[in-house]
Amino acid sequence: MSSEARSLVAVSAGLSQPSSTRLLADRLVAATERSLRERGVDVSTEVVELRDLAQDLVNNLLTGFPSERLRETIERTLAADGLIAVTPIFSASYSGLFKLFFDVVERDRLAGMPVLLGATGGTARHSLALEHAMRPLFAYLGAATVPTAVYAAAEDWGQADRPADIGLRERIERAGGELATAVTARAAPLRRDEFEDPIPFEDLLRGG
Amino acid sequence: MQFGIFSVSDITTDPTTGRTPSEHERLQAVIAMARKAEEVGLDVFALGEHHNPPFFSSSPTTTLAYIAARTERITLSTATTLITTNDPVKIAEDYAMLQHLAGGRVDLMLGRGNTGPVYPWFGQDIRNGIPLAVENYALLHRLWREDVVDWEGKFRTALTGFTSTPRPLDGIPPFVWHGSIRSPEIAEQAAYYGDGFFHNNIFWPSFHVRRMVGLYRRRFEHYGHGPADTAIVGLGGQIFMRRNSQDAIREFRPYFDRAPVYGGVSSLEEYADTTPLTVGSPEQVIERTLGFREFAGDYQRQLFLVDHAGLPLTTVLEQIELLGEIVPVMRREFEALRPAHVPSDPPTHASLLAAKQTDAAAPTAATAPVPSPVAVGERS
Repeated sequence: MSSEARSLVAVSAGLSQPSSTRLLADRLVAATERSLRERGVDVSTEVVELRDLAQDLVNNLLTGFPSERLRETIERTLAADGLIAVTPIFSASYSGLFKLFFDVVERDRLAGMPVLLGATGGTARHSLALEHAMRPLFAYLGAATVPTAVYAAAEDWGQADRPADIGLRERIERAGGELATAVTARAAPLRRDEFEDPIPFEDLLRGG
Repeated sequence: MQFGIFSVSDITTDPTTGRTPSEHERLQAVIAMARKAEEVGLDVFALGEHHNPPFFSSSPTTTLAYIAARTERITLSTATTLITTNDPVKIAEDYAMLQHLAGGRVDLMLGRGNTGPVYPWFGQDIRNGIPLAVENYALLHRLWREDVVDWEGKFRTALTGFTSTPRPLDGIPPFVWHGSIRSPEIAEQAAYYGDGFFHNNIFWPSFHVRRMVGLYRRRFEHYGHGPADTAIVGLGGQIFMRRNSQDAIREFRPYFDRAPVYGGVSSLEEYADTTPLTVGSPEQVIERTLGFREFAGDYQRQLFLVDHAGLPLTTVLEQIELLGEIVPVMRREFEALRPAHVPSDPPTHASLLAAKQTDAAAPTAATAPVPSPVAVGERS
């Protein structure tokens, strides 16, 4: 059993407080943590609420640099062993706030990152947005998305005349297990710090 | 320590009057600024190079040569000279010409340029920005140091038996700064050659400046040019001063709020908090600027941007006068904090000439070894 501790970051683009998006993120976190601990893997998790960073994200787009708070959040996210990304579905796709975060992360830095996708919406009719909008975004970023993505519509949380959909709970458990597997299997990311370890100039001169 | 001003040569509508200066007016304004800078005792005037509106300065050596003829003491420089889209042969020629005309009062800062569409206008591609900067400078470096050059590279026609004329004044190439906001390759390049490194940190938080300058200093030592703290560093800065800080903020706010360069972002206060922008009293500017050495170390050149965002010339000249008042104070304070072995100034033509004459008189005198660049044409 691996005793090496792993870290998870969950990015939630929910807008209200509390939000069903955050609720889904918390459930996905809990399922992933449970699955990791069953394998003897210690895990620590941070949940990032993008609503708290909304102004910083817009400023970053306009100025070209992140605020100290946003920079630290991005660095912690990129340093995680696994990412849980959850957004409400607006106008047939992820929300603008959700996209902003992944727009300011430098390209390639999410390459190989195990990612569990989650989304929420008022009706189940938008559930395929996970597959036609969200998964291609992460494919572009080179992230390793796990096969099960989880969509939670209003009715999945329970309705007046019947209990919450057992299917949602099962999907959450399955997706959490898949992310735990990916996180456990992933070798420690090898990342060269281009400031600590620059390309020697002789190599640059040779066209390296 | 050298203090000066630089202009990026933007033509911006004054948001308080709605008036847009003509190219001719801005070009004349730059001449007036340079002369005022010399008059109040500043050390450097630097001018940018751009090939697209809203900028006018496409040919900095022409303007700088004119300024050289109208001034006597001030060092003329660039911010920046495009090492990517200019032919390095033409840079070698133009700046050697300028150096002769200005009696050696010339150095230059090389930059890549970050406007994608400009590159193809000059037959280049922004995706080759770093390789262009590396190869073109390797050639420029040789053209100023070798009388006859045979050369083959990837980005321009080969040279056989080429002599760049005029030869540098007194056989001393102009001192070169390499400017970059965020590319570690350029800090590495400056370190490799033992040239200066300039971080125009005006739109960036100190975190980035610290990383870039730190890399340059460490690698400067690695390449055998001397201890890291003796590497030659220049910084940008951006100020607006009035005797009373509230007056400065009130007057500058509309320029901040509406100037395209700030992107209409956050608030002046927030921006000034995270970047080196300082809007306030002369005392505040002194204090803030002295703080730069906390993240950049003891450095040699401080250039301020004072003429952008549509500020009218009369205001800009007032800013330069105020700068003339506080520079002696800043110089004294910086020098009081500087360790004895750290140079106060970057190399100048006069100091390089004196060093050359000393070397000639005593051929065994130790000089920092300059690694000879790998021939670029020999890549596999």
